[in-house]
Amino acid sequence: MGSYNWNWPILLKEPYFGWIVSGFGNTILIAVLAWAIAFPLGSLIGIGRTVENRFLRFAATTYVEIFRNIPLLVQMFVWYFVVPELLPADLGKWVKRDMPYPQFITAVMCLGLYTASRVAEQVRSGLEAIPRGQRNAGLAMGLTPFQVYRYVLVPVAFRTIIPPLTSDFLGVFKNSSLALTIGVLELTSQSRQIEEYTFAAFEAFTIATALYCLVTGLVIVVMRQVEKRTQIAGAITVGGH
Amino acid sequence: MFSGFDFDVIVRSWPFLWNGLLLTFQLTGLAVLGGITLGLILAVARLSGIKPLAWFVAAYVNFLRSMPLILVIFWFYTLVPKMIGTSVSGFYSVLIAFIMFEAAYYSEIIRAGISSVKRGQISAALALGFTPLQSMRYVVLPQAVRNMIPVLLTQSIVMLQDTSLVYVVGLRDFLTSAEIVASRDNRPTELYLFVALVFLVLCFSASRLVNRLRRRYAL
Repeated sequence: MGSYNWNWPILLKEPYFGWIVSGFGNTILIAVLAWAIAFPLGSLIGIGRTVENRFLRFAATTYVEIFRNIPLLVQMFVWYFVVPELLPADLGKWVKRDMPYPQFITAVMCLGLYTASRVAEQVRSGLEAIPRGQRNAGLAMGLTPFQVYRYVLVPVAFRTIIPPLTSDFLGVFKNSSLALTIGVLELTSQSRQIEEYTFAAFEAFTIATALYCLVTGLVIVVMRQVEKRTQIAGAITVGGH
Repeated sequence: MFSGFDFDVIVRSWPFLWNGLLLTFQLTGLAVLGGITLGLILAVARLSGIKPLAWFVAAYVNFLRSMPLILVIFWFYTLVPKMIGTSVSGFYSVLIAFIMFEAAYYSEIIRAGISSVKRGQISAALALGFTPLQSMRYVVLPQAVRNMIPVLLTQSIVMLQDTSLVYVVGLRDFLTSAEIVASRDNRPTELYLFVALVFLVLCFSASRLVNRLRRRYAL
């Protein structure tokens, strides 16, 4: 690589600097919005996989299997190119012509629904790790099944699955880069664009890499604190001290 | 609901799609082999007790795990030819990217598998006169492998799905071939639904098999 012409200052020139900033903003926004879908939906589906009702369990399992076994990129294409065709004519026309920010909204929805299947698996394993006696004890004390989940199982399960949920959040943050395939200008696609305009490949990819690492590091540090605060007294910490 | 759709396009373009699927399998197979080999080396290095080496491997693993795969593909696709100095085919650049990326994930699985073997077993092997390498080879690994094979296979199914990301550099895998036909014949609905269905069937049956294997070989 002896003949490579370094050009770090180019990253501070316009329009490239602005591209990086807006790309980074989009990446964060996509990740946060998709998580806002994935976390509540995934929690419900995960709980659904552990309830007594067979129909609910089957529906929840089907959801997880479908979303986990199709590549995320294929899902992105299906949401973007296929679903508008299958919608009722009027709605399909609206989605294709009038919906604001179609690529952005599609990407957020696709990532949110996909990540929900991953969250659901974590929630299920958190719930299943609780000894069955706790559920029975709750029921024996006269709590309704809803109350058993609300006051006994869910508070314990969610506190034990903070580390895997953190890695799922980081997953959606990294997966937001797939939005570039349908034309959303997020961080990775902006760095690629800078590379194509300026041939400063090394510089452009380095800044993107650094920003991804920075956010990952920050999230891990913050979540360790959250994990410590919410730790169940007497439980063995997952991280180990 | 599907009136006006033409699923015949899949039959007509099948040889082209099949070539794409073959490339997907080829890439997955090679990347799994390379990724597990490199992952094993990384895991052993990390557990070797040699501090600088373990630290370096930990940094490598954490670094790659905080990057999106697409960015890793871009890195290698642009830089591998520059580093080697000659042009290499996109397939090899992408293959190297996948091996380097997946090795980080495989090494964590292998490390967890090895760590799950109780310390006393190593002490016992060493007390019996095994060298550290022998106790790894004859005592630790046989047990660790049984623990980690299902997880390694599950990761390989994820890897099969991940290979579709080569679309971003235009390598003609299954999805990219479907995309080419979809835009040529203007039939995105049929093609993308077909691709989704093929992956669903493949990955779902594979993960069922892995589950069966897990139950049968659990220690």
